[in-house]
Amino acid sequence: MSVLEAPTAPKLRPRPEILAHTVRREEEGWTSWITTVDHKKLGILYIATCMVFFTLGGVEALLIRAQLGAPENTLLSPEKYNQIMTMHGTTMVFLVVVPIWAGFGNYLIPLMIGARDMAFPRLNAWSYWIFLFGGIVLYASFFWTPPEAGWTSYTPLSSKEYSASGGQEAWIYAIHLTGLSSMLGAANFIATIHNMRAPGMGWGRLPLFCWGLLIYSYLIVIAIPSLGGAATMLLIDRNFGGNFFDPTQGGSTMLWMHLFWFFGHPEVYIFVLPGFAIASEIIPVFARKPIFGYKAIAGATAAIAFLGALVWAHHMFATPMSTVVLAFFMLSSFLIAIPTGVKIFNWIATLWRGTIEYTTPLLFSAGMVGTFLMGGITGIFLAIFPVDWQLHDTYFVVAHFHYTAFGGAAFMIFASLYFWFPKMSGRMMSEKLGKISFWLILVGFHLTFLIQHSLGLEGMPRRIYEYNETAGWHLYNVISTIGAFVLAAGVMVTIYNIVVSLKRGVVAGPDPWKANTLEWYTPSPPPPHNFDTVPRIRSLEPMKDIRRQVEESTGVEQQYRAGSPMMRA
Amino acid sequence: MIIDRLTAPVTDCARSSSPLRLIAVAAPAALFGALLAAQTATAGVLSPQAESPNAKDIKFLYDMVAIVGLIIFVVVEGLLFYALWKYRAKKGAVAAQIHGNTRLEIGWTVAAALILVVITIVTFIKMPAIINPAPSDIDANGNPVAGSLEFASTDQPDPPAESAELNIKVDGQQYVWRYQYPGPKVVFSYEEMVVPVGMTVTLDISSDDVAHSFWIPALGGKMDAIPGYINKLWFKTTRPATYVGQCAELCGRNHANMYSRVRAVPFDEYQKWYDQQAADIEQSNREAPKQRQAIEKAQGEQSIQGGGSAGGASDDQ
Repeated sequence: MSVLEAPTAPKLRPRPEILAHTVRREEEGWTSWITTVDHKKLGILYIATCMVFFTLGGVEALLIRAQLGAPENTLLSPEKYNQIMTMHGTTMVFLVVVPIWAGFGNYLIPLMIGARDMAFPRLNAWSYWIFLFGGIVLYASFFWTPPEAGWTSYTPLSSKEYSASGGQEAWIYAIHLTGLSSMLGAANFIATIHNMRAPGMGWGRLPLFCWGLLIYSYLIVIAIPSLGGAATMLLIDRNFGGNFFDPTQGGSTMLWMHLFWFFGHPEVYIFVLPGFAIASEIIPVFARKPIFGYKAIAGATAAIAFLGALVWAHHMFATPMSTVVLAFFMLSSFLIAIPTGVKIFNWIATLWRGTIEYTTPLLFSAGMVGTFLMGGITGIFLAIFPVDWQLHDTYFVVAHFHYTAFGGAAFMIFASLYFWFPKMSGRMMSEKLGKISFWLILVGFHLTFLIQHSLGLEGMPRRIYEYNETAGWHLYNVISTIGAFVLAAGVMVTIYNIVVSLKRGVVAGPDPWKANTLEWYTPSPPPPHNFDTVPRIRSLEPMKDIRRQVEESTGVEQQYRAGSPMMRA
Repeated sequence: MIIDRLTAPVTDCARSSSPLRLIAVAAPAALFGALLAAQTATAGVLSPQAESPNAKDIKFLYDMVAIVGLIIFVVVEGLLFYALWKYRAKKGAVAAQIHGNTRLEIGWTVAAALILVVITIVTFIKMPAIINPAPSDIDANGNPVAGSLEFASTDQPDPPAESAELNIKVDGQQYVWRYQYPGPKVVFSYEEMVVPVGMTVTLDISSDDVAHSFWIPALGGKMDAIPGYINKLWFKTTRPATYVGQCAELCGRNHANMYSRVRAVPFDEYQKWYDQQAADIEQSNREAPKQRQAIEKAQGEQSIQGGGSAGGASDDQ
């Protein structure tokens, strides 16, 4: 690709740029991964680490489902069940769905905006390493006593009096480390996107993935400090005689809930907005159409983030609060449905009158749209606080947030893996295995979680380690457990696909998908400095311009077949 | 109307819009009918259980959103699948290079907002009946009262003075519920709450230790029991029956075993139970010191027999 000439624009002012006069050899070997400050290597480290934690969290999910597969099951003791359930939630939220977007963001943002690295490469490396150690701290507690107060760690249950073990301290420490990592990473993304875009890439030509990650970063900066503060107060309460949350000493349990959910609800959008943003990149590529309503989607992202910071107390509808507060949070939660709906309609309109190629990334993206929609609709039920009084803390809520978190985030993690694996490794993943994986995950997911709505309506609360035969919940739980194992099989197919394709995948070439954004302008995998020359950006889809230019200058049309590497004449 | 707007840019290929329009009209109509027919049969599977008046109003709101949600679901998923199938890549097909349509964007934004306005209005109409305790069907002596009084305000007030109510203090403890009854006598019970049929029961919910949540699905919503706060909830039973529930907020290792039960009985039976419970509690209070003395005596003798150095503080000395 480097033989391509950058479009010449003689009348432009020269852009200040650091030029390398010699090219250093690329460092190799395992030490290069430990010492690296390269955004691409760090991105891959993030993604790989998150996939390891995703597998651990998945095993915990299977243990939970195995325990609930039979009434009065004794597979897990109550203590073990609470520990596994706490670890599952904490892992998936803090060690998977949030940092994995930092991984994709790290890898892709400099490439998409035509930069040579992130704004602060060393800070970037530090962000990754403290994230890793946060995860290790949490999992090290398995050798002693893991935390068992739930991923929400409500006080007073998480206080010293009721959770004496050091597992809770490990949880607090992990929250601090991963939170700090996210904050530093977010600052880095903000600085990079604001300052390092290629010439010509105004805000109206910024890829929607970068819009998503930019708003993700701002939300992190707004939300995470609240959790960091709350966790610090809990640490003081537990170890140094503080009484922020002790009602017998003038403290308040409600304080923890407000501080936690002031973080906790924006967190939902922190992990789902990048997923949406990636759908906005993948769907136009395979519909072979420009994105429908670029400004509407970017605007909706910002609107969701703004409203998402104003709805936290809808997680607390059953706590003692006055009606006017309940009504405010009900209405603010309703409002989020509007920008979310706008996004969904724009994705469908992007597919409309396109020529859709059924590649694995497209299947996962379409699966996300269809699945997240259901999570959005059940969200309306939960936003109405009297209805929430029935549904709160039941399996209906468990189903709802898995439809949004797995439907919105995890489906897009898989879409991203299949879409950008060729760029990262230089090889294609198997489309056949990808499709098998997609159908197993889609069917397994809906089998697991659709029936849980009914379980909640039948009165099954969350986080119970057992239930009686007489409750009548057995059959539904069996269906759910079967679904979970089907889902796990689908995930394993993708993991196998990754491992096999790393060595044996078809060589991808720089642009196997005939995609739109600048990362496909570089070789796969890209060299350490990313670009020999940074082209001037003239539209939202710079690769279309570049392809057109190449075809015009060579007179040869580029051959392309869906799902296979681009053949060159 | 969403459909009309979405099909607007494709009216040049008119054949594509007619089956779509058919789906858009027929599917919601069929679903609406099916839902109404199935509503009673599916309570608990597709809709919350409801016995108390507030639970019935909650169920009404739920069912309304379920119908609206199902229509949205069918229309949007229908459009998604239709687009995925109809516009799949075919030989010779060329993708239309459309960048957007402002009128369409405004159209679906307004449509989504209108749906939410309707839901909001119905919710606010129903809200007072859910929040405010309904007047009792019986007076304090168990006699039926004619008619009921209308009243409305936002925060949960007490029922009107003329109306009888039973106020029970609900106290969450790891891992049992304690119910403290009002009245001159000391009456409390654990796990099972006995109430007279037709009497409005108001609950003052709190906790002794960690956060719990009191919930009887058939009798309305749940309310968290939070130490240091008093939370309010009410219900009214209409027939003699036993309603079960369990703690809904993670409260520790045996969270799954913290059950609650409401047994609604006729007023006379309730009176009998109340007196019996009071007598039992009084008697056990009277016997407790005796029992303690007996135990302490036995322990004292043991330590003397053992010749231990522990003199102890037994009553013998």
